[in-house]
Amino acid sequence: MTINANNPYGDSRNHHILSVLVQNRPGVLARVAGLFARRGYNIFSLAVAPTEDDDYSRITIVVDISATPLEQIVKQLFKLIDVVRITELDPKKSVERELMVVTVRADGENRGQVVELANIFEAKVLAVGADAMTISLDGNPEKLDDFEDLLKGYGIVESQRTGRVALPKLDREARPRTLKGKAS
Amino acid sequence: MSAKETLTGAEALIRSLELENVEVMFGLPGGCILPAYDPLLKSSIRHVLVRHEQGAGHMAQGYAHVTGRPGVAMVTSGPAATNMVTPLCDAFMDSIPMVCITGQVSTTAIGTDAFQECDTVGITRSVTKHNELIMHPDDIPLAVRQAFHIATTGRPGPVLLDLPKDVLQNTMTWHWPTDEEVLESLPGYRPTVKGHPRMIKEAAKLLLASERPVLYLGGGVLKARAADAVRELAELLKTPVVTTLMARGAFPDDHELCYGMPGMHGTATAITAMQKADLLCALGARFDDRVTGKVATFAPDAKIIHVDIDPAEQGKVRKPDVPIVGDCRLIVEEIVKAVKELLAEGTTQADITPWRSRVNGWKEQFPLTYDASEPGARLKPQFCLEKLRDAAPEDTILVAGVGQHQMWASLFWNFRKPYTWVNSGGLGTMGFSVPAAIGAKAARPEATVWAIDGDGCFQMTAQELVTATTEGIHVKIAILNNTYLGMVRQWQEMFYGERYSEVDLAGCPDFVKWAEAMGCVGIRVESPEEIDAAIEKANSINDRSVVVEFRVEEFEKVFPMVPAGASNDDVLLHPTQESRREYLK
Ligand SMILES: Cc1ncc(C[n+]2csc(CCOP(=O)(O)OP(=O)(O)O)c2C)c(N)n1
Repeated sequence: MTINANNPYGDSRNHHILSVLVQNRPGVLARVAGLFARRGYNIFSLAVAPTEDDDYSRITIVVDISATPLEQIVKQLFKLIDVVRITELDPKKSVERELMVVTVRADGENRGQVVELANIFEAKVLAVGADAMTISLDGNPEKLDDFEDLLKGYGIVESQRTGRVALPKLDREARPRTLKGKAS
Repeated sequence: MSAKETLTGAEALIRSLELENVEVMFGLPGGCILPAYDPLLKSSIRHVLVRHEQGAGHMAQGYAHVTGRPGVAMVTSGPAATNMVTPLCDAFMDSIPMVCITGQVSTTAIGTDAFQECDTVGITRSVTKHNELIMHPDDIPLAVRQAFHIATTGRPGPVLLDLPKDVLQNTMTWHWPTDEEVLESLPGYRPTVKGHPRMIKEAAKLLLASERPVLYLGGGVLKARAADAVRELAELLKTPVVTTLMARGAFPDDHELCYGMPGMHGTATAITAMQKADLLCALGARFDDRVTGKVATFAPDAKIIHVDIDPAEQGKVRKPDVPIVGDCRLIVEEIVKAVKELLAEGTTQADITPWRSRVNGWKEQFPLTYDASEPGARLKPQFCLEKLRDAAPEDTILVAGVGQHQMWASLFWNFRKPYTWVNSGGLGTMGFSVPAAIGAKAARPEATVWAIDGDGCFQMTAQELVTATTEGIHVKIAILNNTYLGMVRQWQEMFYGERYSEVDLAGCPDFVKWAEAMGCVGIRVESPEEIDAAIEKANSINDRSVVVEFRVEEFEKVFPMVPAGASNDDVLLHPTQESRREYLK
């Protein structure tokens, strides 16, 4: 597994989102990550969370499809015994959300500007220090990219993003392609 | 079983294996797996005590190859588990059903770098179809049932169960899960078995319309027990057939439609027939790089029908025109039906007689060949194989190591029946043949088992002949001793300007004495005059294993050959046939 460093968050042309429902068993994340590593597939991000049902977890993987066709990635994932269902979300037809927490330099003279920027983006100030502040922002990944870019001018001390989660858009066109668990 | 029965985890494990109809298992005990070896004393299961755990793994594979039933190996934690990695990987690459039980340190010690602790499930994750660390004795029966189910269904493969010592020692309440419980516990595992009817019809149409068809059989034909169905299809349409290294025996070599093995060391006819075909019907085959050569120029005019139970094989290397996912036997039977229906409805088959005569012409022009040895010179390995083949009793099982001798064995043997060929194809594991032969013989005691080995390979796992002797599992080993790592030497000769680097095995041991020290009969053959008597003697001995060392020509090369990365169009023929190359048009 390689995290694509040139374009760490991907864009809608070369990424696809796989929502992978797995049995909640020990080692399941290692199996999924190991598969990506072994077969040389690239990913942009990966997020794991429990679902409404204790027996299952959902892994949301943003895959880089510029090197390996999506079909092959999906089929290989299906071969993992613990993978129950894979839903493939087209980025154009789904809603994506991601959370970023960022500490940015903000001393006396530009603190006001940083706060203003945070307000424009509807971000939250989580903590304020003598010459820095920590801000959180959630939203679609492009919005986070823009915010991060603008903050760079002030000096980012540290930042962290969660990797995205996604669901199909609720309009008539959004038919998530649910691929039934046909592993072998 | 009405009253609730309390068993130790170890007792539950052995009982579960018995209920899965395990008759024989291969292994070697140690600290963490000790509890499981105690109830084994009272079990109906035969345990074969090996000399090295790798041997146990390859024996389990040999057993599985000839029976289609999962081979079972049981070893302890740490170094024993790591010794099992090679056979697991081998079984994974060749889709061999296998269940491996490893001991593990107690659950309380996991993660502490305890004595002989290793992350067995982590290490074996990428070389097993599935693996599982069992944390509670109550889970054992279900885990065993899942393991056998997963190993033998869909695309078969190895499954490993890692059992901590306290899980084996603690008690549980016995319950043998039903089929429904097993299925329910594996919601993500539902292999597709039945082929798509529309695709089957499509395949039938293509087969009838094709003017230059080839049936490309892979190991999946054997796994699916589809040989009879495939033969019916081939004979119905008179389609030329090629059998890959993993499919040797799936179609009789002496059949008029059989053109042998394709690939890097395939026959010129099989390679060229695939190159020139307008339709390749791939059955349980995976377009391995050793078969396709350079993919971009592989079978450029061919449409592809691809029958495989593993959906991920569809389009992995070559995009199929007609992908059919499912069980090869069921699908081929359906294709036969569909073809017959189309014929009954008045569809006619394209005329393939020009194609067949073209392919037969190649077969005539480019038979397998080698130069006979000069008087007084060392034996030719191909000559030894022909002699062994012609003297072999009916239904002999042939096992091979990895290297030149493996290719000659596959090329020069005459396979007539399925499950008479055992070899390491995908991983190419030197040292495979001696233990695999023992596993095959344990499964088929009535059959003669000959292993063709190289002097290099033999030195990797020969100690298992001690196992053969003590267990009374008598196999026959033919060492084609060229005193080189021959296959590597061939590459250095051809592609590295004859610069031989670390391939000379001169100073190898006295194989006859070594065989005798292990309780086998040892025979050395150095000249053509000795060969018939030696082979006859070897075939007549049934109460001991026999090792026959053939001193063979050092510099013999395997031909034909498609150099790595080259196109199949540029196959190198035997030097005496190169002048006729233009006939391969
Ligand atoms: C475990 C392992 N190590 C190395 C190789 C690489 N290799 C492939 S064939 C071969 C030579 C085998 O020599 P030998 O057993 O004498 O057979 P020959 O080719 O001479 O018939 C080697 C080293 C391998 N396939 N497996």
